[in-house]
Amino acid sequence: MSFKVVVDYDLCESNAICMQIAPDVFEVRDDDFLYLLTEAPDEDQRVKVQESVQRCPKQAIAIVDTED
Amino acid sequence: MKSIAVVGASLAGLRAVETLRSEGFDGDLHLVGDEVHRPYDRPPLSKQILSGDWDVERIWLTAEEKFDELDLKTNLGDAAVSFDAATLAVTLASGLVLDVDGVVIATGARTRTIGEPLGGVYTLRTLDDAQAIRAAFQAGPSRVVVIGAGFIGAEVAASARGLGLDVTMIEMAESPFERSLGAEMGAVLAEVHRDHGVDLRLGVGCAAIVGEEHVESIRLTDGSMIETDLVIVGIGVIPNVEWLEGSGLNIENGVVCDATSLAAPGVVAAGDVAEWPNGHFGETMRVEHWDNAITQAVHAAKRLLHGESVGPYEPVPWFWSDQYDRKIQLAGRTTGFDSFEIVNGDIESRKFAAIYGRNGTIVAVLGFNRPRHVMRYRQLIDAKTSWADALAAEF
Repeated sequence: MSFKVVVDYDLCESNAICMQIAPDVFEVRDDDFLYLLTEAPDEDQRVKVQESVQRCPKQAIAIVDTED
Repeated sequence: MKSIAVVGASLAGLRAVETLRSEGFDGDLHLVGDEVHRPYDRPPLSKQILSGDWDVERIWLTAEEKFDELDLKTNLGDAAVSFDAATLAVTLASGLVLDVDGVVIATGARTRTIGEPLGGVYTLRTLDDAQAIRAAFQAGPSRVVVIGAGFIGAEVAASARGLGLDVTMIEMAESPFERSLGAEMGAVLAEVHRDHGVDLRLGVGCAAIVGEEHVESIRLTDGSMIETDLVIVGIGVIPNVEWLEGSGLNIENGVVCDATSLAAPGVVAAGDVAEWPNGHFGETMRVEHWDNAITQAVHAAKRLLHGESVGPYEPVPWFWSDQYDRKIQLAGRTTGFDSFEIVNGDIESRKFAAIYGRNGTIVAVLGFNRPRHVMRYRQLIDAKTSWADALAAEF
């Protein structure tokens, strides 16, 4: 089982909490927009991405499980 | 542990039950709440719900099927009314007594009010409050008076201005937001509101709300009157601890916990109701922020299941507030700061990051539309970086 990260950019307000938790996956750049550094992070990032999902103030992040 | 009651069914309570399950607890799990609604998100209440941008269906914190998967025994709309810390018995308003081995206290806080209930006078804390204020906005009030220029009041004022309503906001302090941001930054935010057409009156309080069945005016402490048919009172909250009277728990400015969030054997507390010594700042605090409700609930749930090895809870508190097109974020504590510096952007453009120091260490960062910088400096606060090194950092 691997997973994909999906961001709803209509909801995202670039609070950057996710960047603090999982800097290898999420990056808010100088234009103040959020960029995904990878859409399919390694499995060892799952816990951090899950915490990002939980702590996103806009509930804009989701995890989608994918078949290997 | 075979059975746990989580008392309080808002953000902290929900994250607590989720954590208990994800950490492997498979016993009976009760979720008790005074509201009938399943857990919902409060930040949109003062913004998207008041403005009408969001349908109410968007504020649930968890989808119904995910909520069902937690396999909870829910007691919603049935508030806890008493507790015995010796036997861990939780008594509900209906008379039901929950006999459990562990308790998470997450009863949050309720709004402070002024005087007796009166038509046209509201506070904002719950979904029902927000829907009532939304209806009052739609009815076309002559003027909206907001009492208290804290963050809730300021967001209500911004939402009302966004709908084209006339707004007067009054604040006892000479400088709004002084307690959280300091006087200088509070003044910047005050100007933002004035630029958006809010009639902001500082250094004056509400002496009386006048009206028979419905508010007609308010009298200020300087003797002047403001005619109005809609008043929103935003003067802070009171932790919900009355049900714990006689419980044997230590209650001060909330439920007193140790550094690990433990209030008594088998009892933890989290969110707005919990007071604990935060070792990072050497300060006993009670934090009323959204993010703290999550992180403290996760910590408290683990503490209950796994014991002392979970360690102390030492977060850098963080909050945000959206007002007009400004995103204001503060991480850390400004209490007693002795150094201050704008480190990015400038006040004129209202896009900037500023840091606060105390005793040679960075203790807080404030951003106006600078989320990336706030998070970078938050990491420096977390690492207890020296003031000199924080000033030298470049992001």
